[in-house]
Amino acid sequence: MGKTVIRAKNFSHFFGSVPALKNINLDIFQNEIFGIIGPAGSGKSTFLRALNRLNDLIPNSWPEGILEIGGRDVYAPGTSVVELRRRLGMVFATPVPLPRSIFENIVFGARMAGEKNRGRLTELVADCLKKTALWEEVMDRLETSALKLSGGQQQRLCLARILALRPEFIMLDEPTSGLDPISTMKIEETLRKLQAEYTIILVTNNTKQAARVADRTAFFLNGELIEVDTTERIFSAPSDQRTNDYISGKFG
Amino acid sequence: MRIYVDPKIEQRFFRAVLWLFTGVTVFILFFIIFYVLKRGLPVVSLGFLTKNPVEMGKAGGIFSTIVGTVALTLLAILIATPLGVGSAIYLTEYTRENWVTRVIRFGSECLAGIPSIIFGLFGFILFVTKLGLGWSLLSGGLTLAFMILPTIIRTSEEAIQSVPYAYREVSFSLGGTKWQTVTRVVLPSALPGIATGVILGVGRSIGETAAVIFTAGSSLHIPTSLFSSSRTMSVHFYILAREGISMANAYGTAAVLIIAILIINVLAYTLMNKFMRKYC
Repeated sequence: MGKTVIRAKNFSHFFGSVPALKNINLDIFQNEIFGIIGPAGSGKSTFLRALNRLNDLIPNSWPEGILEIGGRDVYAPGTSVVELRRRLGMVFATPVPLPRSIFENIVFGARMAGEKNRGRLTELVADCLKKTALWEEVMDRLETSALKLSGGQQQRLCLARILALRPEFIMLDEPTSGLDPISTMKIEETLRKLQAEYTIILVTNNTKQAARVADRTAFFLNGELIEVDTTERIFSAPSDQRTNDYISGKFG
Repeated sequence: MRIYVDPKIEQRFFRAVLWLFTGVTVFILFFIIFYVLKRGLPVVSLGFLTKNPVEMGKAGGIFSTIVGTVALTLLAILIATPLGVGSAIYLTEYTRENWVTRVIRFGSECLAGIPSIIFGLFGFILFVTKLGLGWSLLSGGLTLAFMILPTIIRTSEEAIQSVPYAYREVSFSLGGTKWQTVTRVVLPSALPGIATGVILGVGRSIGETAAVIFTAGSSLHIPTSLFSSSRTMSVHFYILAREGISMANAYGTAAVLIIAILIINVLAYTLMNKFMRKYC
């Protein structure tokens, strides 16, 4: 078991008066792949978006309790949201390449951070594309539109775009929900390789995916954390009946 | 009681009716263009385009009015575009929908419906007399700018709103600030829509007569500064026709005006398409 890098203590998040997350208590360890499963509306995405404060964009929403990354409260006054979001790269459910070239997509974050050196940017692009196994496929057409890539390639591009931020965490919000099995497999392989360098939080509505790649898995239901344990335990001997019902497909 | 109509016949009937409507519209459009060009083009020559009017426009060309038109339109666009796009960005990205934004939006829509002669009168009172700018390019440009502002705001707003929300989310999640998100993601994607608004503005400015005659005056000299009075092509046409100076030259001016507007539209849309093709 590694060092705790993310810790939620009685953490709740409200949209209006409705809590989307209720009193979440959990720890995420360094360099693990942490899976979050649960049916739609269980608060999985809200949890991710609380971590990088993307929930801030939604009017009339607020957090309660403590959510720490590296021992520091994410919602403490004076926290730089820009810096926070660079530390926690996020991949969305639908791949969203920006209407720019492949190259410009990858360096987008770096450019916003002020990097102008063409050589360093080129190096960054090659490095990130290699890590996501996309380099061979696109190395000769970096200047073409990213919108021309296939869905699976687009999602790996989004992953590469995040690596270019040099983050500590990679958060994925149902990253393969729209992808075919082969593209899904490629993403999962990439995640396993990336685990050595990053802490990965994988939200998925595909329980089998969590079983395949996650070290530990949390089960969310209606905004509550039902249980969290090693993936092996969750899928072989869950302690809560609801977890068992969910993973065996009785609801979801 | 229902009369039975064979669906095939019904289909044919309505197709014919709709075809007729479209046909009438296109016919009217082409008739106007054809008529103006037929009466105007014989007068148009290189000399007509490059010589200044002589004897109030009875003879000579229309060079100074071309210069006046270009200068005035450019000025109006240069003033209205930043103001309009800025307002649109503020309304869509920096405020949440509330009664203030609704009032602003309602106001700008009302502004769009005001007859141009009222803008002319307003410009005359405010810029020409009160601020002492006189009949000048500056007075005219400011007046035209206010006139086309609502169009630019409206089209820019729509263009900005149609940029997928996901783009903004991606930009924020990659550590972008609000301003970076607006300038690097939202505006580039909204550019074609914004450009459409600006082109509409150009079209309205070029063709505007009432607002211009009150504010920019009708001097036939080539303008030398922002404070020179100047006559635009449409004002020139109006005066030539109204005062019965020269119908031939009036139509010549009209022909040049129409061709200029056509060229601007075609050019703008071609450029935009070329620009957009690159990454979409």
